[in-house]
Amino acid sequence: MNEQTDTLSAVNNGAAAAAILSAGIGSIALALFSIAADKSTFLKSLFSIYKPTGALSGVATAAIIVWLATWILLAICWRNKNLSLVRINFVAFVLLGLSLLLTFPPVGDLF
Amino acid sequence: MQISTHSLWTLIHGMGFGALYLLAGSGALVLLYHRSSVDDPIENAPKTDHVLGVYLTVMAVLGWLTVLTGTYIIYPWYRATPPAGTTNLAAYPRTLLLSNPATKQWHLIGMEWKEHVAWLVPIAITMAAFVAIRYARDLKRQPQLRYALYGFVATSLFAAGIAGFFGAMLDKNAPVDGGRTMQLVNGEQR
Repeated sequence: MNEQTDTLSAVNNGAAAAAILSAGIGSIALALFSIAADKSTFLKSLFSIYKPTGALSGVATAAIIVWLATWILLAICWRNKNLSLVRINFVAFVLLGLSLLLTFPPVGDLF
Repeated sequence: MQISTHSLWTLIHGMGFGALYLLAGSGALVLLYHRSSVDDPIENAPKTDHVLGVYLTVMAVLGWLTVLTGTYIIYPWYRATPPAGTTNLAAYPRTLLLSNPATKQWHLIGMEWKEHVAWLVPIAITMAAFVAIRYARDLKRQPQLRYALYGFVATSLFAAGIAGFFGAMLDKNAPVDGGRTMQLVNGEQR
């Protein structure tokens, strides 16, 4: 019974769904920005918002902005909804796994 | 007994915030298990509802402090470029590692992975802390929420472990040192 009550709970899970999915999106954004900065001189320079740290400063900042913006947007859209977390979790875990893989330099260098 | 300011910050970053995060990680998984266990002895104790949320919030603070000190305080010292003609590269860890074929992979794989994968930690654990606080009493009834917390907390630990391992190995091969020297204990005068 407990395993099937995701959509029947008295508390809406929209806020949780927004937090979970946005964390996955923020993670993959970080991985994609780091690859982009590594491949393009222009983007590397663009991401270097704090010179002593180089492109990492912009890559991390941009990923945090994407994460928080997505979180706020999804939280507003889903605030009164009860969603199927199975799908949300699946997508978030895939994005999180991909971001772990893509930040590994030998994999990131394939692109 | 002396320590340089750069070494001190490296200790605060790695042995302080980072190591505490890793130590706290297994505790978070145990707490999460207890909050979802059918035999949870604290199920009906409202005062303990927010223990997991508070615990994960402290971990999130540690996660943020670790990446912020690493990225904005220590990393600039690590990647500093030596002036032309410099022969002693001890104060320039990245250049020192890259100058030797036997050590350059510590930078090319170790630091390149560490500097990015570490940023997954605060993202994952902040989400987990939010969900644990917002749904403190509902975690038992929503198994998918628990699975999300397990997955993200475990992944954050894995990412922190990668960053910690490479941080330690990089510091063994090319320590970040320099800055002002502080005297911790004065030696005896004979």
